[in-house]
Amino acid sequence: MGLVDVKNVRKVYRRDAQEVPVLDGLSLEVAEGDFVALMGPSGSGKTTLLNLIGGIDQPTSGEVTVSGDALSRLKPQELARWRSRHIGYIFQLYNLIPVLTAVQNVELPLLLVKMPRKERLERAQHALSIVGLADRQKHFPRQLSGGQEQRVAIARAVVSDPTLLLADEPTGDLDRKSGQEILELLERLNREFKKTILMVTHDPHAAERASRVLQLDKGVLSN
Amino acid sequence: MNFFSLVLVNLLRNKRRTILTMSSVVIALFLFCSLRGVLDTLQAAIKVGSESRLVTRNRISLIFPMPKSYWSRIAAVPGVKSVSVQNWFGGRDPVDPKNWYAQFGVDAATFFPIYARDVDIVAASPPQVEVPLPPGVDPKLAAFMSEQTACVVGERLFKKNRWKLGQTVTLAGTIYPGSWPFVIRAVYHAKDPAFGEETMLFHYKYLEQKGMGGQGAVGIYVLELSQPERAGDIAKSVDAMFENSSYATRTETERAFQAGFVSMYGNVPFLIGVIGLAVVFAILLVAANTMMMAARERVSEFGVMKTLGFQDGTIFAIVLAEAAIITLGGGLAGAFLAKLGLEGSAFNAGGLLPPMTVSWTTVTIGVGIAVFMGATSGLIPAWQASRLRIVDALRRVE
Repeated sequence: MGLVDVKNVRKVYRRDAQEVPVLDGLSLEVAEGDFVALMGPSGSGKTTLLNLIGGIDQPTSGEVTVSGDALSRLKPQELARWRSRHIGYIFQLYNLIPVLTAVQNVELPLLLVKMPRKERLERAQHALSIVGLADRQKHFPRQLSGGQEQRVAIARAVVSDPTLLLADEPTGDLDRKSGQEILELLERLNREFKKTILMVTHDPHAAERASRVLQLDKGVLSN
Repeated sequence: MNFFSLVLVNLLRNKRRTILTMSSVVIALFLFCSLRGVLDTLQAAIKVGSESRLVTRNRISLIFPMPKSYWSRIAAVPGVKSVSVQNWFGGRDPVDPKNWYAQFGVDAATFFPIYARDVDIVAASPPQVEVPLPPGVDPKLAAFMSEQTACVVGERLFKKNRWKLGQTVTLAGTIYPGSWPFVIRAVYHAKDPAFGEETMLFHYKYLEQKGMGGQGAVGIYVLELSQPERAGDIAKSVDAMFENSSYATRTETERAFQAGFVSMYGNVPFLIGVIGLAVVFAILLVAANTMMMAARERVSEFGVMKTLGFQDGTIFAIVLAEAAIITLGGGLAGAFLAKLGLEGSAFNAGGLLPPMTVSWTTVTIGVGIAVFMGATSGLIPAWQASRLRIVDALRRVE
């Protein structure tokens, strides 16, 4: 059994009285230390799958197990705690809190962990130095470029040392050069820090960085 | 960074909005506490006056006088130790009509001994001639006692007008026409603030001779009792004496007499209370709307925080804390501003009321209302934020 085990998952959205199936009996296994790229056209269900694995959405049927925890059996409070311990999420639009500095944004997930204030700050600073932004700690998101913002978001995702990194189009809003830098950073996190990464992308060049590429089309997965 | 600094940072996100919302709460609570302060002051006015002194006035109304001949007859009632007279003068400053204060013609020989425990003479002119003083009169009043046009003024009134001892103050009579010069010969300090220090007291004889042509008419009689426990019986005896005369009287304790003044305000206290609550309710709606707007702008951030692992309860607490800080901070500031500001001003309607007061009960109610405002204005946005589905919240970004 892999780190991520998705079994026969079905996800149906309801729009008024109409049912819209997004994932149809999908199964997937991701091993620990793997770097998986998930590709597919818009509306194919990539982000939905990512959300199910990240425990921020529930499947209509089927089971998602991550790190041995069956997510459907966790209550909402347990699920929130589980997310803070196991999942690092990287969004396409970075989603930093605009009123917090870079280091405060990175520190945010650590507020949920019992940890002395000083250690919290040190860990946030260390995470920023890993992504190459040690000198931008006091900068607010509006004072950073898109690439730098995404690097802060990556630092935020890894600061609590999660089991799994989920990246939803991490380079989708960046220019080519910044995108390359982010992909290199993800590669490094996978190679050096042994982070398991599941990345949704449209970009074939981005997908090349992954050790495995999966195609999702109309709710069905293929290699 | 900790949770509290996270709340503070969010409050400072839109400084102008936070300051304006907080200011509106400050003003609402200031108004509420000030209006309730008026009620507190009226309540305090009821407590002015002694239960062991009686006041006799014309039964029809206070504005009708009584004959001076009642004086000796009242004094002869068993249980009455001494009787003094007091007449409303109603003069105004011809130079500055807005500088209004109460003036009374009093029989000094009996008035000051009766009120010896309520006032202290803190400054007085030295006497020009030696005169025998009636028993119980402060020797410092010697100059005042020997001069018909002399007056005694309250310390606050004295300081407010920057008067000096020996200075002549001329008033224009409204009830008793003409120009009335008064020479300030002494200054009193009220031991009980409720007595007031913005009153001018002068010789009743001066008023009687110049204003009434020697035909003495008296506004009220103040009775000091030798047997205060018989106050009720004595009051009945006094009123019984004049029951069938043209000037029937009404005798009651000094406290009841003061309470009668307050009852003249009728439904004004009720209206004041209603206006205060209406202001608070209006601001509550404004605050609630602002909190909801602020929370709505941050839907995506709540989604991100939940994705990071923040629990619904934590999000609820953060939003509620923001509302509470705005309303509680504003409420505390407004309530204490009202207490300090109003009591500092010592406004007393020209001596007609005790100095303005805002009781601690009012301050506590004000702070309680602020807490209630914080809870109710923050509850809906906090609930909405905590109930947000992460997927829906994040979708708003994209």
